[in-house]
Amino acid sequence: MRRGLGERLWAFAVWALVGFFVLNLLAMIGSVVVNSFGTRWFNTWLPSGYTSQWYVMAWDEFQLPDILLVTAEVVGAVVVISGLIGVPAAYAMARRNFPGKQVVMFLFLLPLLVPPITYGIPMATVLYQAHLAGTIWGVILANLVPSVPFVILIMIPFVEQIDPRVEAAARVFGAGMFRLFAQVLVPLLTPGILAAMLLVLVRTIAMFELTFLTSGPTSQTLVVALYYAVFAAGVRPGQSIDAMAVVYMITTLIWLLIALRFVNPTQIVTRAKR
Amino acid sequence: MSAAQMSLRRRMRERGLDSVTLLVIPAVLFVLALFIYPFVYGLILSFHPRIGGWLANYQKFFSEPFLYDTIRITLVIAVPATILNVVLSVPVALRVRLMKKQRLLTTILVIPITLGTVMVAEGLLTYLGPRGWLNRTLLEFGLVDSPIRLIHNYWGVMLSLVITGFPFTFLLTLSYVTGIDPGLEQAAAVLGARARERFWRILLPLLAPGLAITLALAFVQAFTVFPSAILLGAPAGPTRVISIVAYQAAFEQYDYSLASAIAMLMAAVQLLIITALLASRSLVFRGPASSGKG
Repeated sequence: MRRGLGERLWAFAVWALVGFFVLNLLAMIGSVVVNSFGTRWFNTWLPSGYTSQWYVMAWDEFQLPDILLVTAEVVGAVVVISGLIGVPAAYAMARRNFPGKQVVMFLFLLPLLVPPITYGIPMATVLYQAHLAGTIWGVILANLVPSVPFVILIMIPFVEQIDPRVEAAARVFGAGMFRLFAQVLVPLLTPGILAAMLLVLVRTIAMFELTFLTSGPTSQTLVVALYYAVFAAGVRPGQSIDAMAVVYMITTLIWLLIALRFVNPTQIVTRAKR
Repeated sequence: MSAAQMSLRRRMRERGLDSVTLLVIPAVLFVLALFIYPFVYGLILSFHPRIGGWLANYQKFFSEPFLYDTIRITLVIAVPATILNVVLSVPVALRVRLMKKQRLLTTILVIPITLGTVMVAEGLLTYLGPRGWLNRTLLEFGLVDSPIRLIHNYWGVMLSLVITGFPFTFLLTLSYVTGIDPGLEQAAAVLGARARERFWRILLPLLAPGLAITLALAFVQAFTVFPSAILLGAPAGPTRVISIVAYQAAFEQYDYSLASAIAMLMAAVQLLIITALLASRSLVFRGPASSGKG
């Protein structure tokens, strides 16, 4: 089938659009990285000199060690707890048909479809009244709200792939629920659990709204600290903020790269398709 | 164990209720406690204003232009951004579908989604600023005489919504496009349909249900634009979006009742638009071809 001139022009236009988008995206990231290493950068393409002093400054002034520790604690807790609640629930959803299952499914879809800022404000109000907001546990609970349903929706197809006869055999040999999970299901589900955990990890590092609404001065994660740094731009040199932005990007993108070894990029957005 | 207990257990099991089903309970309780309860609580709280009758919050919102105008401001940003993203996504997804190695492109495009809006805002502040690379390029090529202002105004927020929104709509559209049986298009081609006809008469109708969902999800995200409207926009004026006033009511004026009312209005607008989109889908498009994905 020969392609006409119009069709080839159209294809060219589409690729030019993609190229333009990717170019701007890379330039945006590039200008942050270059700026974070630059000494003075005024009316030139590149800074006049290079230094790593902004990283030292960001490390000290933004209390990066503390923030990174809090981020690791929040993300670690969210990953573990959402797995412990989500994987068994996904197993039940995949294996049993019970009355009201559709309602339960809808219940799990809602926190993924409603944007965080909409439900975050009433949720933060409730967490403040329970004296949980402002603490690290408030941040963890808030971040679990989209994470638990997310794990469930990712895990259901993975459970469905396992032959039910494997479980039946384990039951026949006398395995209880705990042993069934520990010795049969978890080993078989490892790829799915790994994918779900890594996606929750990446999403929690980048989750701004819920953490922002529920965190206090000692429970800020990296992304919230970055927001405050940009918000108060002018207090500190721009390069130091960009240094912090680079630390954030590296933290996020390393985990994204690891996650992409186990999942397809399209899975990151299509989780709530149906 | 008595026979009566035994038969109750059996009857429960026949309906799908046994110890395995119970595993779903922690997750259900969790979502009820931290999602449904706060939402209902917020709804009730919004009818208990600090001063005035039970509707005082809503009356206040719709009588003060400073408040009700935020809905218009948000729509003026969110609607064009959503439409632009979805309209651009369709031809790109149709083209990328034919690619052998999609992985590199999809990986690059998933980066802005992963970085999130705060990081994109900081990146765009550097990149689009008066001394940034974009303005430098435009000046170098003589396209403009003086740097154009793209930050701290409407365009900054708009561009941030394209940078994070386009990859989202594209990846979603791609997943729908790849679900269409290529045989259908080939059959049309064999029967003599040109590319344009194949698009309008085969691909688009098959894609319509997925596109309606993509539009709905993309709109809801754009409508709740928050950090970039503050960092990259003009939060006191042209980009004073509804989420900013909800946040300010809660955390600057500590009026949780008014904040809840605004959050409920946000939810109502989202629900309204989504319902309209999904309803129009069933009006525009009927018939068995909608199951093309299966």
